[in-house]
Amino acid sequence: MDTLIEFFSLQDPNIRYVLAGTILLGISSGALGCFAILRRRALVGDAVAHSILPGVCLAFIIAGGKDPFMLILGAFVFGLLSMVTMDFISRNSRIAPDASIGMVLSVFFGLGVVLLTFIQTTGYIDQSGLDDFLFGQAASMVGDDVMVFGGLSLLILIVTILVFKELKLVSFDPSYARSIGYPVKRMEFLLALLMVLVITAGIQAVGVVLMASMLIIPAAAARYWTDSLRVMLLIAAGVGAVSGVTGSFISYTAPAMPTGPWMVVSAAFIFFLSFLLAPGRGEIARHIQKRRLSHKVACENILKTLYSMEEEDGRTDRLRPAKELRKRRHLASRRMKKVLSTLLRKGYVTYFRGTPDGYLLTADGRKEAKRLVRVHRLWEQYLSQHLQIAEDHVHEDAESMEHLITSEIEAQLRTSLGSPALDPHKSTIPYDSDEDEPAGGKSGDKHKQGGTP
Amino acid sequence: MITSTAWIIITAILVATSCALVGTFLVLRKMSLMGDAIAHAVLPGIVIAFLLTASRNTFPMLIGAGLFGLLTVWLTEELSKKGRIFHDASMGIVFTTLFAIGVIMISLFAANVDIDQECVLYGEIAYVPWDLWVWRGTNMGPRPVWILGLVLVINVSFITLMYKELKTYSFSPQLAATLGLPVGLIHYGLMGTVSFTTIASFESVGAILVVALLIVPPATAYLLTDRLHRLLLLAVFFGITSAVGGYYMALWINSSIAGAIAVVNGLQFALVFLLAPKYGLLGKKLAGRRIRKSGPEMISHPEPNDVRKSLS
Repeated sequence: MDTLIEFFSLQDPNIRYVLAGTILLGISSGALGCFAILRRRALVGDAVAHSILPGVCLAFIIAGGKDPFMLILGAFVFGLLSMVTMDFISRNSRIAPDASIGMVLSVFFGLGVVLLTFIQTTGYIDQSGLDDFLFGQAASMVGDDVMVFGGLSLLILIVTILVFKELKLVSFDPSYARSIGYPVKRMEFLLALLMVLVITAGIQAVGVVLMASMLIIPAAAARYWTDSLRVMLLIAAGVGAVSGVTGSFISYTAPAMPTGPWMVVSAAFIFFLSFLLAPGRGEIARHIQKRRLSHKVACENILKTLYSMEEEDGRTDRLRPAKELRKRRHLASRRMKKVLSTLLRKGYVTYFRGTPDGYLLTADGRKEAKRLVRVHRLWEQYLSQHLQIAEDHVHEDAESMEHLITSEIEAQLRTSLGSPALDPHKSTIPYDSDEDEPAGGKSGDKHKQGGTP
Repeated sequence: MITSTAWIIITAILVATSCALVGTFLVLRKMSLMGDAIAHAVLPGIVIAFLLTASRNTFPMLIGAGLFGLLTVWLTEELSKKGRIFHDASMGIVFTTLFAIGVIMISLFAANVDIDQECVLYGEIAYVPWDLWVWRGTNMGPRPVWILGLVLVINVSFITLMYKELKTYSFSPQLAATLGLPVGLIHYGLMGTVSFTTIASFESVGAILVVALLIVPPATAYLLTDRLHRLLLLAVFFGITSAVGGYYMALWINSSIAGAIAVVNGLQFALVFLLAPKYGLLGKKLAGRRIRKSGPEMISHPEPNDVRKSLS
């Protein structure tokens, strides 16, 4: 608890620097990562991060020492070069984007390793720690680093906000953007520029491999919560910032712990939570939805079964025992119980004691069952009439569609078919006007083709 | 007596051949970055094996790494399916997170773990001749050569046994599935060989060179031919020549061998990319000029009416 207060009171200037640095990194990489993910370029960041190495080495050789400005410039130039190369290869040959990413990544990095060993064997005096540039040391960030870093992040954020609309269009539909006269190429280049900028800046804090993950993970986590790019950007930036704080806090309480990897692990944790818990798109929400739908389908199927039993013997007053229902619809007895209790609660069926005990459709239940049978048969008729599907092939499709057809679609079907009296299997299509009477009894030969609804 | 130079070159050739063979299928299947992902994601496996056995013994490490390699493949697949995110993004999430966990484990047990993340990324092929395998008092030669030789045998037999299946699968997984081929088995078989090749190789050459040797030679060959067996042979050819060329280049400029091999790979690709007769820049330019020269009748301009007719 003391460390928590100590940490967040921000007394120690060192904490302030590290915290500011990691938060800024989290925000800018989170926001930019959204575009990378949407444009299916998640791993481009990884390639750019690796390709920076030769730039750093060359800058070192040219400047003859570790001049931070020169190192960043070298990194930036090579990052951009790698981006352009990847794009050029996949644009001008049959090589797929993933292969061009991998090639650029490994060859540039290989070149970097060659230069690095060259520097080491030539005996430059202060070459040691040059590869720290690649593996990242957030905890050793000092005031100047954070200033540079903060400046870069701020620049990235401002540019992103200013050209948000254009970036959005280019990410979602580049060909449309081109057709209405947007400078797509220039926008893509700007996006590449921003990406290289954030990677160059961030690499010193979290290292090569983990930089890529700070671009991917917050954005992927944000995707679960929303369908709007603006909101996604904000959430991703938030996730990035929170993981920045967590990472710095953990490495503050346990100084042996590296900041970068903990940032990544916290981001991954948030991602995992989003994957599970997000409403709508999350795993749990989807599971519940699925269960609900399958329960609804089971209920509707039982209603239909009751109705078709009435159709068959033409009697609305005969009790239907649960056993008989289970014979026709193979449901586990526990499920059947649940389904029947739902139907009872909704007032679609009533339960009577007798010999044997059984269920009866109520007027409401019959109406609902009729609706289901109607949309089922209308859909069959639609398939065979408009899509010319053989009548013995339409049943399965209708069996799933009947649960999904809304009253609007039903009305459309009826106008387009002209409220037909019979379905392709010559069964009567029950409309609401002909009251409670079981409709099927009159149509004589029915269900020849296995078209029992 | 085989000199240490020869051992290094033999190791490089073994790595290059194995990588080129399985890499070809990765490039065709558009999963080139799987090697990169596996090479990074095995770090926790290596650390765990190291902690359990308290030694830098190769076999436990290979097993630990192998398990994490397959875990990476499986997690990537599942996450992309269940979580409905693009394959590349899910790969990125999985491997970087595992790598981060590996780095954390290293710093957690820093006192008794004598490995660092750099050794995973760089590797050093120059030390191969001194990593000897002594069996019952006899010197059997460098251990990596044996392991890599075994991997090569496994890869070659996998590819020859499953050649037809792999061929169908890599050009169209849908077709393979419709034909009733065991797509899951082929996929995980391929991924298993990729993961063992990657792990066995990066110990001596480093993660990034593995990625280079997996992707660049097959991609280079892919610009020269449309036939799978030629693709495989050409990829192996480019792999081996880059390995030998890289070694001598490293000797010449006194640098890391692994890095130099990757650079030679890049040069080979650049050359083929420019000059390839059919799919290279020059070839395409010439083809374009030929069409333009041969006059407008070569290019058909369908009248709108014809299009309508052919559609109805």
